[in-house]
Amino acid sequence: MSGDTPGKGLLRLLTAGSVDDGKSTLIGRLLYESGGVYDDQLESVRKASTQKNAVLDLSLITDGLRAEREQAITIDVAYRYFSTAKRQFIIADAPGHEQYTRNMVTGATTADLAVLLVDARKGILEQTRRHAYVSWLLGIRQVVVAVNKMDLVNFDSRIFVDIRSKFQECTGFMDKVDRHFVPVSALNGDNVVWRSPAMPWYAGPSLLELLETVTINENHSPGDFRFPVQNVIRLGQDFRGYAGQVVSGVVKPGQKVVALPSGQRTTIDKVHFYHQTLDEAHPPRSVVLTVSDHLDLGRGDMLVDPERMPQVSQHVAANLIWMSSVPLRPNAPYLMKHMTQVLCCSIAQVVSKLDIHTFEDIAVDTLRLNDIGAVEMEMHKPICFDFYACNRAMGSFIMIDPASSDTVAAGMILRNCATPSDPSGLRPFSAVPYGPRPEPSQAKGLAVWLTGLSGSGKTTICNAVFTEILARGIRVEMLDADVVRKHLNSDLGFSKRDRDENVRRLGFLAELLTRHGVLALVAAISPYRAVRDDLRRSMGNFVEVYVNAPLSVCEERDPKGLYKRARAGEIAGFTGIDDPYEAPLSPEVQCDTAVESIKTCTDKVVTAIVEFFLPTKP
Amino acid sequence: MVCQVYNYPKEATSRLLEAVESNAVQHFGERQRQPPHHFRLYISGPEVKIASIEWATTIQQYCGCRREFAKTMSHLDILEAESIYILREVVAEFSRPAMLYSIGKDSSVMLRLAEKAFFPGKVPFPLLHVDTTYKFREMIEFRDETCRRLGLQLIVHTNVDAIADGASPFRLGPSQCCGLLKTKALLDALKAGRIDAAIGGARREEEKSRAKERVFSLRDAHGQWDPKNQRPEVWNLYNSRLEGHQTIRIFPLSNWTELDIWQYIEREGIPVVPLYFAKERRVLVRGDILIPLEHDIEVLPNERSQLVLCRMRSLGCTYCTGAIRSSADTVPKIIQELRTVRRSERENRIIDHDQEGSMELKKREGYF
Repeated sequence: MSGDTPGKGLLRLLTAGSVDDGKSTLIGRLLYESGGVYDDQLESVRKASTQKNAVLDLSLITDGLRAEREQAITIDVAYRYFSTAKRQFIIADAPGHEQYTRNMVTGATTADLAVLLVDARKGILEQTRRHAYVSWLLGIRQVVVAVNKMDLVNFDSRIFVDIRSKFQECTGFMDKVDRHFVPVSALNGDNVVWRSPAMPWYAGPSLLELLETVTINENHSPGDFRFPVQNVIRLGQDFRGYAGQVVSGVVKPGQKVVALPSGQRTTIDKVHFYHQTLDEAHPPRSVVLTVSDHLDLGRGDMLVDPERMPQVSQHVAANLIWMSSVPLRPNAPYLMKHMTQVLCCSIAQVVSKLDIHTFEDIAVDTLRLNDIGAVEMEMHKPICFDFYACNRAMGSFIMIDPASSDTVAAGMILRNCATPSDPSGLRPFSAVPYGPRPEPSQAKGLAVWLTGLSGSGKTTICNAVFTEILARGIRVEMLDADVVRKHLNSDLGFSKRDRDENVRRLGFLAELLTRHGVLALVAAISPYRAVRDDLRRSMGNFVEVYVNAPLSVCEERDPKGLYKRARAGEIAGFTGIDDPYEAPLSPEVQCDTAVESIKTCTDKVVTAIVEFFLPTKP
Repeated sequence: MVCQVYNYPKEATSRLLEAVESNAVQHFGERQRQPPHHFRLYISGPEVKIASIEWATTIQQYCGCRREFAKTMSHLDILEAESIYILREVVAEFSRPAMLYSIGKDSSVMLRLAEKAFFPGKVPFPLLHVDTTYKFREMIEFRDETCRRLGLQLIVHTNVDAIADGASPFRLGPSQCCGLLKTKALLDALKAGRIDAAIGGARREEEKSRAKERVFSLRDAHGQWDPKNQRPEVWNLYNSRLEGHQTIRIFPLSNWTELDIWQYIEREGIPVVPLYFAKERRVLVRGDILIPLEHDIEVLPNERSQLVLCRMRSLGCTYCTGAIRSSADTVPKIIQELRTVRRSERENRIIDHDQEGSMELKKREGYF
């Protein structure tokens, strides 16, 4: 109740702990000492406290439901509000019991930070590990371990240090998490709001100081522009505005956007907000956008940045947290709410479930209440999404049982898997211990170089591979020598010098792309072994695909009529006719297009690429 | 353009007048100073320059001026954006939503958010007021004035049968009266209007059972809440599927605190019922409670009404809503008072305190 500078930030935090580790007392203490408890509430706590014992029982401030007070446990997540001069806080106070994991998830999905309570006498429990894991899985990147009841272990620093190193050890695989540790005594208030003289060995901030200063991340970093249309607002004949929330990125008048799923391009005309028009809008602002062309957009459509398009797919792999007492039924129809649309979906395959004791994956064929597992699923039509690790709003969804209308699962999209049943597709990946896929900017790039005679099928395979790879959510660019010759290399002819230059430029371009994590698919005759070997050396991540077909077959196909012209003497030095083709000695992939189908060839290349892009075990 | 500014302190008003007089803001027409600190200003001109940020914000809100928004959102901006998102989801996903309009400060904020959510369109749902007939006269006047001004559809529902049977807080006591005139009336009104989603202004901070409430809160066919078996509610993906005669209550202000509400009222210049502002009122002093002298309240022997400087912190029925002693007669003073206040908001709501956990019990039966 103190302070309220209008510009101060908002921190949403989750608190979780086990039975009797003093979580309610800690929150009660935090509220009480920061002035967040009114006198009349304190009086009723005082009244209730005296029924048990003489000490003021601060845990009673937070225990809400009658059933909870009777059983002395927390069943459902409760929200608490307090503020200091520096920040406004919303606490999602989550139950600890495993049977209420789904309620913990409810609180965790909106939190920026998790406070995990550990009883100093008991150390890290299984619950602590589960809470840490669920928080991490849901993308919480700030974790505070509050080691409570330090008064009961004589404020012994060794116990605190021991718990700290154990926690770090057992959560070591959870990447990108900032871990903080504070020794506290909620009962007496040590290190909760004020720093305690009882623990001179601890030089860090009190819990509240930490909460006031910790960086609130991600939610406010703009990211790529995404705007799901919630409603269409019409006024008379002329005004047609799209109402929605800017979930990421920034929107400004004059900005070019693409409407999805239609793919129509347009420009933002104005950003409206009530009586104002804004120069720009940042997340999470709710605005109304008008665009300069007449598009017939509706709820479920999306406006996005044309330079940074989301994924589009009908098949995705996702982590699910199962929240229903009725187990998952593979292949049964479910509803899925993603962004502002509801669509039909089914689970094609349950890949694995997490063993919460060992953090290992177990092969299972269903998920039960509170299970966390990886699945492959199919929607009745394609959705536009980003991976959960990159964009929480674009990568999250809920599943609804159409029979009961209950929310049965919370889902996080891990990757695009366009053909889950295709054996050449991804092998069953393990979502869990590897963590989310690296963001594209951090991923390594790869050059896939298709070499072979003119007419051997390079472009055909290249096109097929491109489509497959795109559907898997890997960033890919195609460089077809024939296309590039029309633009970048329009000054080059077919002399040996010009053809070397053609390959050199293609190689240079491919290398630039791979440096930025892009998969560059190059289709070029590139007849000289030495030139290709040079490319391999300079790029490192290089897959050579030998598209092999006998000259006679190629000449018979002659898709561009080049052989005919070479035979007629119109083109000099044509590979295979009057210039040699040096076949690769040990290509990574060889496609014999005279005998193998396009699909077989494509699958070989895709498999090699997917092998390369799969995360490896640490 | 018309800029209406309510309930600002005299100092601020005179600062604005300075701006007007130095031609930074042009004005013409009348200036009203009655009732105290109400202030009406007509503004024209392409650009409004005012030294003070708060005033600039208020005036710009009303004048359609362009204003740069800070890149990091203040907590009020974040709460506003979330609430607007929720209201839009309701309109998109339900066939017959209605907003429970209680005339109080929370309803006033909710109404402004609804205007913002659908502007330049109209608020696309009716307001529903459950009138117990024991409301303050000033509330009813304010209600009718607001609906007229904004061109809103208003449904008023009263449990006329119970009133005819003589239901009153004096005869039945608060608990039974509330059950008939509020809870029963509300459920009847929802049924009569076939309303599938009722938007309410309850906030989680208000009361401990409300702290557990979902934003989309399911009610069974009898309008009852099952606190032990709520739907999980993750991210902001609200499940709006209903089975049979289930209905849903929507709480767009879930994450707002009382202080946020008043700060928002100040920032946006939202009109509120004058009962919130301190003035000398005739009340009965009964123990710690100040009972306003309206309707046919029973005066106990040896009890005499007195003039007390007081205001309402929350509004309900006259008999069951006590006033608090206060001299806060402007929005900024109320905000200042809240920063130092030591009593909770609903303390003077008699209905909340009949028995341990009484709000939870009422909510289960269908109360808001």
